[in-house]
Amino acid sequence: MTRAGDKQAPEPAGDLPRRLRAPSPRYGEKAIQGLLALCGILSVITTTAIVVSLIGPTIGFFEVVSVSEFFGTEWSPQFEPPSFGVLATVAGTLNVTLWCMLFAIPIGLGAAIYLSEYATARVRKTLKPTLEVLAGIPTVAIGFFAVTFILPEIIQPLWPGDFLGGATGKPFMALAASLGIALMIVPIIASLSDDAMSAVPRGLREGAYALGATRAKVATRVVFPAALSGIVASIVLAISRAVGETMIIVLAAGSTPDFTLNPVVSIQAMTSYIAVTATGDIPTGSIAYKSVFAVGSVLFLMTLAMNVISIRLVRRYREVYE
Amino acid sequence: MTMGSERATPRNRLAVAGARATTQAMLRDQPRGDVIRNTLFAALLLLAILIALAGLVALLIQAFAQGASALSIDLFTNGPSSIRPESAGFRPAIIGSLELIAGVILFVVPIGIGAALYLEEYADKTRWWNRLIEVNIQNLAAVPSIIYGILGLSFIVRGPLDLGFVLAAGSLTLALLVLPMVIIAAREAIRAVPDSIRQGSLALGATKWQTIRRQVLPASIPGIVTGVILAVSRALGEAAPLLLVGAAAFVTFDPEPFSGGYTALPVQIYNYATRSQEEFQALAAAGIIVMLVVLLAMNSFAIWLRNRYEQRW
Repeated sequence: MTRAGDKQAPEPAGDLPRRLRAPSPRYGEKAIQGLLALCGILSVITTTAIVVSLIGPTIGFFEVVSVSEFFGTEWSPQFEPPSFGVLATVAGTLNVTLWCMLFAIPIGLGAAIYLSEYATARVRKTLKPTLEVLAGIPTVAIGFFAVTFILPEIIQPLWPGDFLGGATGKPFMALAASLGIALMIVPIIASLSDDAMSAVPRGLREGAYALGATRAKVATRVVFPAALSGIVASIVLAISRAVGETMIIVLAAGSTPDFTLNPVVSIQAMTSYIAVTATGDIPTGSIAYKSVFAVGSVLFLMTLAMNVISIRLVRRYREVYE
Repeated sequence: MTMGSERATPRNRLAVAGARATTQAMLRDQPRGDVIRNTLFAALLLLAILIALAGLVALLIQAFAQGASALSIDLFTNGPSSIRPESAGFRPAIIGSLELIAGVILFVVPIGIGAALYLEEYADKTRWWNRLIEVNIQNLAAVPSIIYGILGLSFIVRGPLDLGFVLAAGSLTLALLVLPMVIIAAREAIRAVPDSIRQGSLALGATKWQTIRRQVLPASIPGIVTGVILAVSRALGEAAPLLLVGAAAFVTFDPEPFSGGYTALPVQIYNYATRSQEEFQALAAAGIIVMLVVLLAMNSFAIWLRNRYEQRW
């Protein structure tokens, strides 16, 4: 009953026979536990520090810029007079994310269903790590690939003429960044959705086969719905990644704030505004400096909401099958 | 007894044969629509995974095609140059990246393992503060890297720590960025050690910490090392947060941890990639090749390690 960590029956040490008591109070053990707890608490401190570092300058920002102006659609902090309508950069982020997910979701889910329902164990064992290598490629490299290959060799030849203003001759566009991010995100969706579908018990599949269902039907009508919360979680996490992606957008989508969802124009996303502005020589405390933090707050809140949804969904699907 | 003889009557035999034929026909000949649909579906799935792999292959080929001309030993010995791209290189950037990574490892290994040990071995999961730490780490793992840049800018470069725009600030920022990854991986490795090992050790009179240090940790080292390598390779390729904490594009000297400017490989690549001359584009591609070779080697090693030492208890 003296085992450390036994919370059911905590007996006061004084009641134990002398020979069963610990020979010393073991302050070292307590100190170690304290140190380890401190390591865990550091993560909470990190989050607090993020929130604090965002809030201060953001409040300073709103002392100068009204909330109604902030939720406008004109973003031109360098002009005179400057205009801070954050919706222009939010639209830039949504533009890139929307077109990215349009490609990434079907491809990622297709790959996931293939991995979990069709591939043999050996194929799966080689394909999955290969896909995960793709997820580990630095985003600078993907951004460079998007400008030097995806844009001139894929988008411009395949884009239908003057549709939406045409794609020829443009050095930057949202769609190039979208496809680059899709490349980065497909492995995330594929890998996490595959995990979710592989966790569906065999019995469900075998029951369906016994009733005469084909493999495609088992995959789409039994396994897919059973793993849905895990799949949705992987997609939400992928969206959160796309929203937070910086380097691919900076390199491939240009830096022209534009309130549009047109994929073949240059845009500026929230992340790329932060990256471009904060690297330039802006004086600390200026309104442009504070605007970086205001945009950062919006970005943080958006990704936070998606992360919470994703974490909740994962937990729910875990409860069902474990 | 009578049932046996009944089954043998010609009439019954006929009925059984008919039923069997019907069943077999149903099982053998799927409706043609189903066959086509199934094949088509499987082909589409295969296509999806092939597109993803083709993207990976195209990225590698493109980097080599464009960077091959700039690949030379100069990349490792020369500093950057804005006027003479033919002799420009990545020396300060590579040294900067190595120093950044060293700092990340120094910070992340003890704290990551410590936090994981606390959560797995000590924390009472029914307490709200432990659940808070857990959810908080999951969320931190998905916070955009540029937000960590903002954190580094206002807490490490300026604010409470006030290090200035130095390499140590960049290193600490990257460390905070990848810390959740290390914690999550280490927790999984620790969780995979079966309880019977702990109970055996405790039953022999070891204290809790002795059990952890001599039994749990050695058994989970491969998983932890894998997690650390993957985290370090993420830190190595990360450019966005460094842009905010002072990694300058143009550093011609070998960077030092606590004074002067610094740069890193991905930041230098980014800088070359934004210049339009062809020579700089080739340089960027060559830098990407160097970075990818290092990263692929690290990642493959991590995956090999995981598969090689994965213990099934």
